[in-house]
Amino acid sequence: MEYFIELFFSGLTRGSIYALIALGYTMVYGIIGLINFAHGEIYMIGAFTSFIVATVLSIYGFPLLSIVLLAGLAAAVWSASYGFTIERIAYRPLRQAPRLSALISAIGMSIFLQNYVLLAQTSDFQPFPELIPDFDFMEPYAHVVGSSDIVILLTTAVSMIALTLLIKFSRVGKAMRATSQDRTMAMLVGINVNNVISMTFIIGSALAAIGGMLIASHIGQINFFIGFIAGIKAFTAAVLGGIGSIPGAVLGGFVLGLTESFATGYVSSDYEDVFAFSLLVLILIFKPAGLLGREETQKV
Amino acid sequence: MFKIEELKKSLLISLWFAFLTFPLLVIKVNPIERTVLWRWENMVYVAIGSFVISILVRLFYLHQERRRERVARGEITLGDPWIQTLLSEPRYLYPFSAAVLAVSLVFPFLFSTYQTNIMITALMYVVLGLGLNIVVGLAGLLDLGYVAFYAVGAYSYALLNYHFDIGFWMALPIGALLAALFGVLLGFPVLRLRGDYLAIVTLGFGEIIRLILENWNEFSQGPSGISNIPRPGLFGMELSLDQAILYLYYLMIAAVAFTIFVVNRLQDSRIGRAWVALREDEIACQAMGIDKRKTKLTAFALGATWAGIVGVIFAAKTTFINPASFTFLESAIILCIVVLGGMGSIFGVIVGALILILLPEHLRALSDYRMLAFGAVLVTMMIFRPQGVVANIRRSYRFESKVDGEAR
Amino acid sequence: MSRPVLQVEGLSMDFGGIRAMCELDLEVDQGQIVALIGPNGAGKTTFFNCVTGIYNPTEGSIFLNPPDGGKAIRLNGLKPNQVTEKGMARTFQNIRLFQKMTVLENVMIGRHCRTRSYIAGAVFKTRATRREERQTVEISYQILEKVGLAEVVNELAENLPYGAQRRLEIARALATEPFLLLLDEPAAGMNPQETQELDDLIKRIRDEGHSILLIEHDMKLVMSLSDKIYVVDYGKKIAEGSPQQVSSDPAVIKAYLGEDIDA
Repeated sequence: MEYFIELFFSGLTRGSIYALIALGYTMVYGIIGLINFAHGEIYMIGAFTSFIVATVLSIYGFPLLSIVLLAGLAAAVWSASYGFTIERIAYRPLRQAPRLSALISAIGMSIFLQNYVLLAQTSDFQPFPELIPDFDFMEPYAHVVGSSDIVILLTTAVSMIALTLLIKFSRVGKAMRATSQDRTMAMLVGINVNNVISMTFIIGSALAAIGGMLIASHIGQINFFIGFIAGIKAFTAAVLGGIGSIPGAVLGGFVLGLTESFATGYVSSDYEDVFAFSLLVLILIFKPAGLLGREETQKV
Repeated sequence: MFKIEELKKSLLISLWFAFLTFPLLVIKVNPIERTVLWRWENMVYVAIGSFVISILVRLFYLHQERRRERVARGEITLGDPWIQTLLSEPRYLYPFSAAVLAVSLVFPFLFSTYQTNIMITALMYVVLGLGLNIVVGLAGLLDLGYVAFYAVGAYSYALLNYHFDIGFWMALPIGALLAALFGVLLGFPVLRLRGDYLAIVTLGFGEIIRLILENWNEFSQGPSGISNIPRPGLFGMELSLDQAILYLYYLMIAAVAFTIFVVNRLQDSRIGRAWVALREDEIACQAMGIDKRKTKLTAFALGATWAGIVGVIFAAKTTFINPASFTFLESAIILCIVVLGGMGSIFGVIVGALILILLPEHLRALSDYRMLAFGAVLVTMMIFRPQGVVANIRRSYRFESKVDGEAR
Repeated sequence: MSRPVLQVEGLSMDFGGIRAMCELDLEVDQGQIVALIGPNGAGKTTFFNCVTGIYNPTEGSIFLNPPDGGKAIRLNGLKPNQVTEKGMARTFQNIRLFQKMTVLENVMIGRHCRTRSYIAGAVFKTRATRREERQTVEISYQILEKVGLAEVVNELAENLPYGAQRRLEIARALATEPFLLLLDEPAAGMNPQETQELDDLIKRIRDEGHSILLIEHDMKLVMSLSDKIYVVDYGKKIAEGSPQQVSSDPAVIKAYLGEDIDA
């Protein structure tokens, strides 16, 4: 039973990270219909930025809480800037082009960013400073759920609530929903669609950055390649939930995280990634609309 | 010619990039020794670089704009680029091909074994590019897991040789067939999928195959791979290493020639036209009586066949294979070749492969930046020249008389 | 004895609970031009998509009766390419040409289902393939002459003016040797002169023995061409008959002009 609970919490933790990244995929897809292949790289850049900032600050002797906040802020700001810039450079010129052109551009961007970080930093795994201390009040439960799991879950929950409120009630949120339903019409009623799309990239990237920092501190190491697998898995989560749907991304993230956790815990950990890829392939083939997505009717 | 406004804009862009790249390019921490290295010079490079690039991009657009205006005013006409003339006029094309063939035949005698060896690799990528070109360039199916078929070819030879002592020439058709079979197997489930989903599913398939090869030790010997794969034999003669390389080189030349011949014929055939139609408009294509399933599967199978063939040759060349040679990046490189060269264009793909494989090999300084450049190439080509360096041109027909049309 | 070439009975189509088309009956007689008209969004194109196998209709049956007296063919459940192979071809309202292919190649694609050569034939250029290829080019060229595009055979389809693209769509459909041709708004976006030429072209096609079913908004063209007209509104048939009958039908006038106007 204890093992079960341990796996359950580790699944929730994984799932919330997948969900944070999946939100970026799903928001971008909902608005411009593009699989933002470089989104995993944004997450990796977020993790790296927080790694650099946190390490520098800790070397200069800053207190832990300020390190956590500043590293998180830096990760979010820079990831958002990267997301914004990528959209401007690689996707905006291709908005009228065939879908596959934009996808190829996105793949190119992903490869570029991966190697950019590899060249700018290093190809080795870097030890990530421990940002989340073990809380005393968690002591009795430490054998099943760690402090960082709790922090990750709470941060994720807060981020999601904030995002939901933003999209439901704010001006930009309404503009986003309008744009995702009908871009031309949104433009006609005076919404600056370019700004809305930029905003989508900024928000999605910031969420991914927070996910990146949390998981890096949880696992304790990072390198330039972590974005690829994480990106694919988060995309799987987004598709599983129904791409374009925000609650779907969250649901998909948790479902994927939990199943992965139980599968590796009870079956075998050798095929962890095979499992995620197979799931991705199976959903896309048999239920491309996902759990909460709506079926697209083909226009003729 | 440039207004102050424009310069200001470029200056802002360069400041933005200086900011953007600040943490990753300027700061380098060593978490073990707890030291920080500030590399401010990088910020200067980025600022200058992005300033220059932004001006160049602006100039490019300006140039295009002017050109379009002049065409509209009828001052210049958009003639065929020389490269298209070269490729479409037999009186240029035949001597040109003969010259290329002659150079490639004497190549090993002009250059070192090392150079020849690199050329073999480049030629392998030419064939891979031409194979992927069938799927991506002609049929418009973005296959991101192409490397899986390459792996199937390589492992067929390695395993067949390991277990049953089957030789290279026997393994070649078997590898090709198995790859084609995998192409069909992969093709079946993805038939109904839309373009971008198809891309992701093929990526997933490619990774699944690699991960299986990595983890299923009993079958593939896992990450340690299979070694001591024999080089191709020549009527049972023992070849020295140099001779073997020479032999492989001519083998690859033959393979490239064979591929060009087949792909060229396919392109201008009933099935080739159906592929292009499928790429252009799937619904109209079906409405015109083309069986979508059959056409797609044929494209997948034929594309995979070439990957299988090159896979067998790859195993024979390196005499050692492991799953690390078959990552997604390999698929991306081949895709990059097709995109750079020009989707659907045979000559373009050859040029693309030679540029992308030979350049980083010869400019050692560049080789670190190889993958960075590949990524940049994909993005830049899509934005500025989606048709590739050598655009694919459709065949034209001449009609002698109006009554009974006759193809040239 | 003469049976209709196309026989549609009780055709209904639902999209996620919304009935886009309701129990439509329609017949096209051999050698006739039949028009399907109705306001925008009345379900005309949906009807075409159901009949040609792009959508799978919720209810109803569709039969194709070859004019040579062959067995009746039930089209329900057939794929679009099979429908075309059986002898019914279509054009699209929002032109769907193969943009990056030449005009001639577009028509040659139409020959696909009437030719056989495959991989081996293409690679070895067998005698049969060469003959077939020659025939394909010849027939395609003749069709292009018929629709007046013989001058531009080697142009890319995307470079053609609008009216020519519409005619190319017809040529491409004709290349599949249909006995029944479905035209979806062939005159949309054409100027009066082009429309007049189209009128002649469609009549010529009919005179060659093809039956035609067309969707069209240009009433002058519809009245001039049609032997019989079906009027649909909100997915339901509201009238059918000769041009004269339909144009004086009160239900049709109401559908087109609205209720408030005393017509």
